[in-house]
Order: sequence, then C-alpha cells, then structure tokens
Amino acid sequence: MKILVPVKRVIDYNVKPRVKADGTGVDLANVKMSMNPFDEIAVEEAIRLKEQGKAEEILVVSIGPAKAQETLRTALAMGADRAILVQVDDGTEVEPLAVAKILKAIADEEQPGLVLLGKQAIDDDSNQTGQMLAALMARPQGTFANTVEVDGDSVTVKREIDGGLETVKLALPAIVTTDLRLNEPRYASLPNIMKAKKKPLDNKTPADYGVDTAPRIKTLKVAEPPVRQAGIKVADVDELVAKIKALGIA
Amino acid sequence: MKTLVWVEHDNAHMKDATLAAVTAAGKLGEVHLLVAGANCRAVADEAAKIAGVGKVHLADNAAYEHALAENIAPLVVDLMGHHDAFICPATTTGKNIAPRVAALLDVMQISDILSVEGDKTFTRPIYAGNAIATVESSDAKLVITVRGTAFEKADATSGSASIEDVSGAGDAGLSSFVGSEIAESERPELTSAKIIVSGGRALKDAETFEQVITPLADKLGAGIGASRAAVDAGYVPNDYQVGQTGKIVAPEVYIAIGISGAIQHLAGMKDSKTIIAINKDEDAPIFQVADLGLVGDLYKIVPELTEKL
Repeated sequence: MKILVPVKRVIDYNVKPRVKADGTGVDLANVKMSMNPFDEIAVEEAIRLKEQGKAEEILVVSIGPAKAQETLRTALAMGADRAILVQVDDGTEVEPLAVAKILKAIADEEQPGLVLLGKQAIDDDSNQTGQMLAALMARPQGTFANTVEVDGDSVTVKREIDGGLETVKLALPAIVTTDLRLNEPRYASLPNIMKAKKKPLDNKTPADYGVDTAPRIKTLKVAEPPVRQAGIKVADVDELVAKIKALGIA
Repeated sequence: MKTLVWVEHDNAHMKDATLAAVTAAGKLGEVHLLVAGANCRAVADEAAKIAGVGKVHLADNAAYEHALAENIAPLVVDLMGHHDAFICPATTTGKNIAPRVAALLDVMQISDILSVEGDKTFTRPIYAGNAIATVESSDAKLVITVRGTAFEKADATSGSASIEDVSGAGDAGLSSFVGSEIAESERPELTSAKIIVSGGRALKDAETFEQVITPLADKLGAGIGASRAAVDAGYVPNDYQVGQTGKIVAPEVYIAIGISGAIQHLAGMKDSKTIIAINKDEDAPIFQVADLGLVGDLYKIVPELTEKL
C-alpha cells in the first residue's frame, strides 16, 4: 500500500515566539523554522512500515509557502519516496479544514492505504486536521497513536488517552495521528540529503484541487499572555515550610 | 443560541471536565447536554442535575460505549440540526470527536478556548501558550473545545433538566474497541487536583521518583505530575505528563521538583495559582514563573520538607 504523510513547516520548537507589537500575530521574520515535531514522528513511522514490508511507497505533502520545499526535502532525506508541495503565498495561513480538503483531494487521486499525520502542529495547536480528513474521507481515525500495527486489511492503534491507553482496530484505509511516544525519528544522513535532492517533488496550488482556502476564522488580535509576577527565593526548607503553611494547604 | 455540550463519562459517572464546558456554553445561551454511551442512564440522571441545563439528550446504544468518533460524530451531526453550537471539553475524547463533527458540518473548529468574548468571539492559546489569540468565527454553526482549567465548574446539584432519549445510526462499521489499560490511582485526578507535586528528569529513575515525590504528594493529598523528560525516561506513565502535549493543569499549588521549566512544560502549568520550584540550578527558567523558589539539592530538600510539613 501507499502511505500519505502530510508535514507542516513551523517555527522551531526551541524558539520562544515573540508577539508582534501591533498585535497582528507572531513575528516569524528571520526565525528558525523546522518540520513540526509530530510530523517527523509520522514520517518515521511510515518509513518503519515500509521497512517492515507493509508499505511500498511513501508520499509526503506540505501545504505552505515555497520554503516548505525544505521541509519536504527533509522528509525525502529521511526516506520518503516523493513529495507534493501545494504552494500558497508567503504569510498565508491555511486553516485545518482547508488543509483537510486539499488532503482529501490528494487522497482521492493517490488512494493511500494509510494517512499518517502529527497529532497537532506546535504553532496553531489546533489538533484538528487528521480528524477532519478522516471525516471528509468517511474513514476511521486512530488519534494520538502510541503504537501502530498494520495487519492485512486493518490497522491496530494503541492510543494515548486521559488516564491511560486504549486500543482500537480500524478498517483500512485509515487515518492515524501520531503522539510523542510513537517512535524516535531518525536523522537524515548527508548522503541521503544529497539523494533527496533528486527525488520527485511536484508543485501544485490549492486551485489545482478546487479548494477554497479563504479563512473561516478571523484573528482579531494576538497578545502576550499575562505575565506572572516575579516571586521570591527562600533561603532554606524552614522558610519554605512556613510559606507553604501560610498558603493553608498543609 | 442553543448549545449542545458533550458529557464526558465512563458509562457510570459523569466526569468533572463536563462542568467547565457547561459554564462556557452558558455564556452563549441555552444549554443542552448529550450523554452518549451504553447503559449510561445513571450518567444522564447525574447530568440533569447540573445547574442551567435545559435538556439532556440520552443516546444509549452499545455502539457508543467507548465514544468511538466514527460512531459518535454522525449522532452529533443529527442533533446539530437544531443546535447552534457543539461544545466539548478539551479532553482526549473531546479532541477526538469535535473536529470530525466540524468537518462533517463544514465548519472550522475553535480549539481549547480560554474565554467567551462574544457570540462568535473567543480567546485561545497558540504557540504553546506563548501568545493568546482573539478569534472570530464566520461559520453558521460553532464547534468548540473548552480548556477546563479556564472556566469555573458549573454547580452539579441544583438543576432539574428533563431527559429525552435519542436514537442514532449506531455502529458505522469502520472501527472497533479492542481494550484499554487505565492506570488505577487513589490520587486526585491531575486536571482537577488542588495541589500537584511534579517531578522532572533530575529524579534519576522510576524508583527514585517514587521515593522522593510520592511521600510529599501523600502528605499534601496531592496529584502527581511529571515533565516530558521524566515520562520519556520511563519514570512514570505518560498520562502523568504536564505540558503542551500532555495535560494542562491549573491547581491552587504546583510544586515543580527537578524541573528546569522548558516552554513545553510551562504551557501546561503556568496558570497555577501558586508555583513552587525546587531546583539546584538557580538560573533554571522555572524560577522566572515560580512564586516561591528554593535552590538546592532536591534529595536533601524534599525529604526534609515532607518531614516538616
């Protein structure tokens, strides 16, 4: 089967985001960008399934500015076979619903047996795209996956839920979103980075798939969160005990 | 506006997360509840007692027992014919179901709201809580998940809503529940605990974590949390994780022990009322948000603290 892995280019997870002074958003100019960490896990899982002989081809897709090509090349260097960039203008944000519609159109063309996505992107923290894609494709979803086992015409997914783990069995084709502990993504080696430059990468636009990406949600303002008052440092345990007792909890 | 609120439950009891979602829904207008499960009439009886609830829709069907999104979403979409908004607590169940419902309704979901600013205007955290966005929906119907710690809990005893049975399509035939491993615990649940004692990578291993953290938590009647580093290192199960990708908590008191305070962790606990940090590195970022900090060796400090409390 073919595995489709959507990946997103986001602010690097180590960077502390700065809110623009005019309140229109977060300043992304000259900020280090990387592949969304959950998407790296999705790419890794797809590669492992291919290595197990459960998949023949891995197609990675990104919807974003021209620079999202770099993110796709990273996925190709990790081991994906080919890529599609659905390009939008720099600075244009495409909401999860529109992303899901584009992915649905791609899935209709490519007929993947499995779609692997990250559980959420660390920029908008939405946690929606996988579930929305599953709804649009009318296929089952295995969200927050901790373990993924493909067996014949079904996939068994162990999911991280509040309070523990839950296992579900889904008929293929299915949509699975990755949680942190699914795997440890590999690094791309230099020879593989060079090889990735020769792998096929198609350029498309949302219009090619007939999807309207006009936002449904308008951002009125982006602000810094309330700042906590700086606290005090106590000298020893006795002072800490006294302060804790003053809080009335012990 | 008429809202439909997802009732979180285990088929026997309603979960607390529901109450914050009801408060958020109450700010939009009339509140109806949906109890979907198997043999779950007791949950509907419990839910009917929440103050401010107009009606409880009860869908009792074996197909709904484990809240599989494939089976639940069509049921919700049916009910959305006469509701204007669908609201879920931002639990793993809510996050699993709500976007599926939104896509079937062709609307964008608004995730993890912190406040209701108007009929269609909400605030929500982005970039791991490093920015707060005020957003306005242009969709005809709203689908929203609610951050439980950002809203007061609705009174769960003074209501008297009527219960109406609804039938749904039942099993969509796409997925099945195989089993679950739920961590048994006598402790208060992390997201509703008043006090949380949380440990990080500095605890060395599972045994040390247990020896150092548990006695203090016992003394305070506290829930136990952990940083991602402690979870990844295998000291504790992953449902202990506090942070952007784990649980979001806001207890009265949060005690961070051997936790440096990475962005990812702060996103999950910085709305706690009082933060206490114990760390040997005086430059650890956790001290920038801590109300009370003590620099020193946790292996000496924590047992002494437990002793003296």
